[in-house]
Parts: sequence; C-alpha cells; structure tokens
Amino acid sequence: MIRTEELNIRLLDFSLRNVNLSVQENEFFVLMGPTGAGKTVILEAIAGLIQVDGGRIFIGEREITGQPSEKRGVGIVYQDHALFPHLDVMGNITYGLRYHGIEEKKGQTRLNELTQLLGIRHLLTRLPIHLSGGEKQRVALARALIVRPHVLLLDEPLSAIDPGFREEIRAAIKTLHQTTQTTFLMVTHDFGEALSLADRGAIIQQGEIAQTGAIQDLFHRPASMAVAEFVGMKNIFEARFENGAAHVGSLRVELGSPVNPGHRYLAIRPEDITIRRNSSPPERSNCFHAVVTSVAGQGFAYEVQLKCGELAVKTMVSKRAIVDLELREGATVFISIDTAAIHTF
Amino acid sequence: MRRKELFFWLTLTCGIVIVAYILLPLVELMTSSSIPALWESIHDKEVVRSIRLSVFSAGSAALISFLFGTPLAYLLARQDFRGKRLLEGIIDLPIVIPHPVVGIAILGISGKNHWIGRLLFDLGIRIMGSVTGIIVALTFVGIPFYIHSAKAGFMAVSPRLEKVSRSLGASMTGTFLRITFPLAWRSMLIGIIMCSARAISEFGAVVVIAYHPMTAPVLIYERFEAYGLKYSQPVAVWLVIVSLFLFLFLRILTTREAREK
Repeated sequence: MIRTEELNIRLLDFSLRNVNLSVQENEFFVLMGPTGAGKTVILEAIAGLIQVDGGRIFIGEREITGQPSEKRGVGIVYQDHALFPHLDVMGNITYGLRYHGIEEKKGQTRLNELTQLLGIRHLLTRLPIHLSGGEKQRVALARALIVRPHVLLLDEPLSAIDPGFREEIRAAIKTLHQTTQTTFLMVTHDFGEALSLADRGAIIQQGEIAQTGAIQDLFHRPASMAVAEFVGMKNIFEARFENGAAHVGSLRVELGSPVNPGHRYLAIRPEDITIRRNSSPPERSNCFHAVVTSVAGQGFAYEVQLKCGELAVKTMVSKRAIVDLELREGATVFISIDTAAIHTF
Repeated sequence: MRRKELFFWLTLTCGIVIVAYILLPLVELMTSSSIPALWESIHDKEVVRSIRLSVFSAGSAALISFLFGTPLAYLLARQDFRGKRLLEGIIDLPIVIPHPVVGIAILGISGKNHWIGRLLFDLGIRIMGSVTGIIVALTFVGIPFYIHSAKAGFMAVSPRLEKVSRSLGASMTGTFLRITFPLAWRSMLIGIIMCSARAISEFGAVVVIAYHPMTAPVLIYERFEAYGLKYSQPVAVWLVIVSLFLFLFLRILTTREAREK
C-alpha cells in the first residue's frame, strides 16, 4: 500500500538515508526509534509536507513523490492535535469535505458515524480551547478520517494525552483501524502502544531503517546490538556457539534451535528470566546459581540485578515476587531461562 | 505597611518624568487653540485638503504595503534560506535612514538621469511634486512596520495547522484563506495601522519629494514658517486627532489580541 524506495531527505541538521519501507493494505504499521531518529520526517515526506531529495514514494501502484500534499489522499494526526483554533469541533471535522466532492448528506452521515464511534457528538459546537487532550485527539482523528484517506499517518497520537485517557484513545484508534479501509502508519516510542496496536513495524536509528518485521519479532528477535538495546533487551552477551549451546563466560546455555554461523551475541529480555528460591538447583537445563546485587523500583515493576558467574544479569519482577522470594541485596537464588526466549544475532 | 525601597522611588520618579515629558507638550498643544480657531481651521479648504491628502496617501501606502508586503512577510515567517538575515536587514533600512535622505534617494532614481525615471516618464508617471511621489515616499517609510507585524502574526500560526489543512485536501491558497488569514488577520490589521500611523506623520521625505500638493505635516511646517506658532497650532491639533484615532484603534485591537491569547 505504502512503499518508499531509497528515500533520501536532507534537512539542515539531519538526513534520512535510503529508506525502504513497505506497508501492506489496511495494515497497522509502527515506526519506532529514539528521539531525533527521523520518524516524523518520514511521515511528513509521505504526506508531501516536506521536500524529498531522492527516491520514490508509492501509494498502491500510484507514484506520489512529486504530487502536492492535497492530492495524495494521506491524512495526518499530530501529537499536539493541531486543531484549527478558530473553528468549532464541527467546523474542524468537516473541514476537508468540500475538497473531496462529498455531498452534504453523505458528509452528515459520515460525521454522525465518526462522532458516534468516538463519543464526541456532544462537543460539536465547542471550540478546541474548551476541550481536554483526549477530546482534542478524537476530533483530530475524526477530521482526518471523514475524508476517507487511503493512508492515515499518526505522529505519536497518545503522547500528549493524560495517562488515564490514553487507554481509551488507544482503543478508539484500534476500533477505527478495524472499521475503516484505511492503512495506518503510526510513529511512537511507546512499546506498549506498538505491541497492542500494530501488526508490523520498523525501527529507525540515525536516519536509517535498522530493522523491519512483525511487531513481536522486533522486540524478541532484534537483528543488531543497537536494535536490541533500543527495544529493551537488557541482557546482551558476547557468546561462542557450539553443539546447540552458547558459551557465555563460564556458563553453558542450552539453545532450542540451531544457530546461524555468523551470530556472535546472545540476548534475553529481562522479563523472560525467572528467579527461583529453591535450596538446590532443580533438575532442568539453563538453571544457574546467582546472587542479587540490587533491587530497584521502576514504577509498578522492579528491576533485579544479579551476578551469575562473571555475568551481570537483569530481570523484571512484580512487587509480589520481591516479597515472596525475599529478594534483597546479597540473597542467593537460582535463575532459569526458557530456551524459547533466547535470541541470538 | 512595608517600607518601599529606594529602587521603587527611583523607578516611580523616572516614570513620572517621562509621562510628563510626553504629555505636557501634547496637552499644551491640544489646549492652545480656541474652539473658534479650530472651527475656522477645519473650514479652511487648504487644511481640509491637506489632511485628506495625508489620510489618502497614508492609506494608499498601507494598502500597497499590504498587497506587496503580505507574501514577503509570509515567506519570512515560514522559510529559512540563505540570505534571510540580510533580507530582513534590508527591509529594516527605511527605519534607520534619515527621512530627508529617503526623499533624495527616491528622487535620485525617479529623475531623468536614471533609466527608471525615464521609464516612469514614458509611462506618464511623475514622482516629483505629485501625489504618486508622496505615496512612494510614505510606502518606503511605512512598509517595514507592516512587514514586521504581519510576519509576527504568521509566525504565531503553527505550520502544522497548514500542513493538516493541505493533507485534508486544501490547496496552498485555500489553506491561506481558511486557516492562516483568519488566524493572522489581526496582526495584519495592526501592521496596516502602524504603517499608516508612521506614514501620516512623515515630513522629511515628503517635503523633499513634494512640497506641493501639501500633506498636513508640510502645511503645518509652512504655516509655522510663514505665520508663526499660533497659526500652525490648529492644523496640528487636527492632525493629532486623526493620529490619536488610529492609535486608539490600534490599542483596542492589541489589548483584545492579548486577552484572547
């Protein structure tokens, strides 16, 4: 549906190099990456809001690289909502109708459908200044979707919304995606959003696409050290692979599947490491003796750091586990790793 | 009550001195002429003609500034390009150049020794001693004020609003008319008033380019030179009234804008 070929953009202090993206029709695709990686630039290039220095952009079979923004059929929703402050909610939502030759009656029907779906019917006569962040974002979504764009670009649509309302808007976005024929392309740096909404995604680092794939694979099967670090793969160790096992320092870790000969690293997500408090090691593979070196609260979960041989290992556990397992500095425990959770690259 | 510090008394004193310094001569001027004298002067055809000419030429200068300055102000507000600072400096030049010099400079290119002057002559346009010349001079001194204000107005409109409008199908022109203009019109109007106010008070450049037909400031000067202070004061009062009217309008607009923000 959306395809970019060797997209190159040079801005004053930033450049995007050879971006090749391919988003399927009606797919929900996310672009993730650190701040300043170029995510918004890609969106604005697809929307035709910034000049492209090289490469081509397609929507379906149609090349849109040189087309003006208004001819592309691409809607955009920004994190700051960008509602027109001098128009009321109704004026904002119906703004684009006249440019798409949509009759008044049809426009009215679509307005009713969208405002009903998004729960903003009672706000139609209000000015944006009198709306909450969540309401503003619903209006922005309705405004973009009423003209039935081929593609909807979402630039961190949830980041400027109070945490309490984020869940609602996230659900609204999901429903909108399921009920429309529009392809969604969203920029986010929130992993939870990406995992709950998207089918596939890409990670951008320093102006280049570092990895593309199914959303679960991006988090569990990073292709490089930089991606692994970005997606929160906190346990990354240099390893030597031999006979279906990885040798990390003095540890021997059993692997579930054969390893590609070029691989040099072993990675495990912190939440995939289980801590046990048995008095003797259980009879199972990948179970190692470890000593707790620190316990640090991180919001609702705790990060427990352990020393396992010469390795520093990080795990995430619940508050309940901290109490039940009596985890504190100096405690001796066993850690076990499921072979399915081990990733090599 | 807490004792006020010395600094407070210092600022208060300076403030009073400055306000008195501005107001005293103006109050003296406004009260210097008797009502009959004012009545008589407003029935003086020469006075009426000069004030009308001043208002007309200042209004024309503002209109020209609006027509030509708006696209430039928009460009300066939206685009970053090499030489932008230089361009902004050039636009500000009329503010710092002594006014008679402006008149002389304009005459320099509009005379028969210059190709532009010859071209204008061929087209039947006369600068020296004409209303056209006065409008040229007033536009020259007034346009920076319009461009500044309009640019600030455009800068206050988030480019994202325009981007969203384009993505919804509106063309560049449609976006300007439906989004940018409704959000920036007040700054543009303030610019027009500032430009007119600056233009209406211009004397130096006008007196060099066109002593006749007489604008109000030139008439005041002439009456002062020929007949003395008493005779020039009523005309001055009328010019001040016109300027105050503009000023008042400007204040109403700017306070409303500040309140809305």
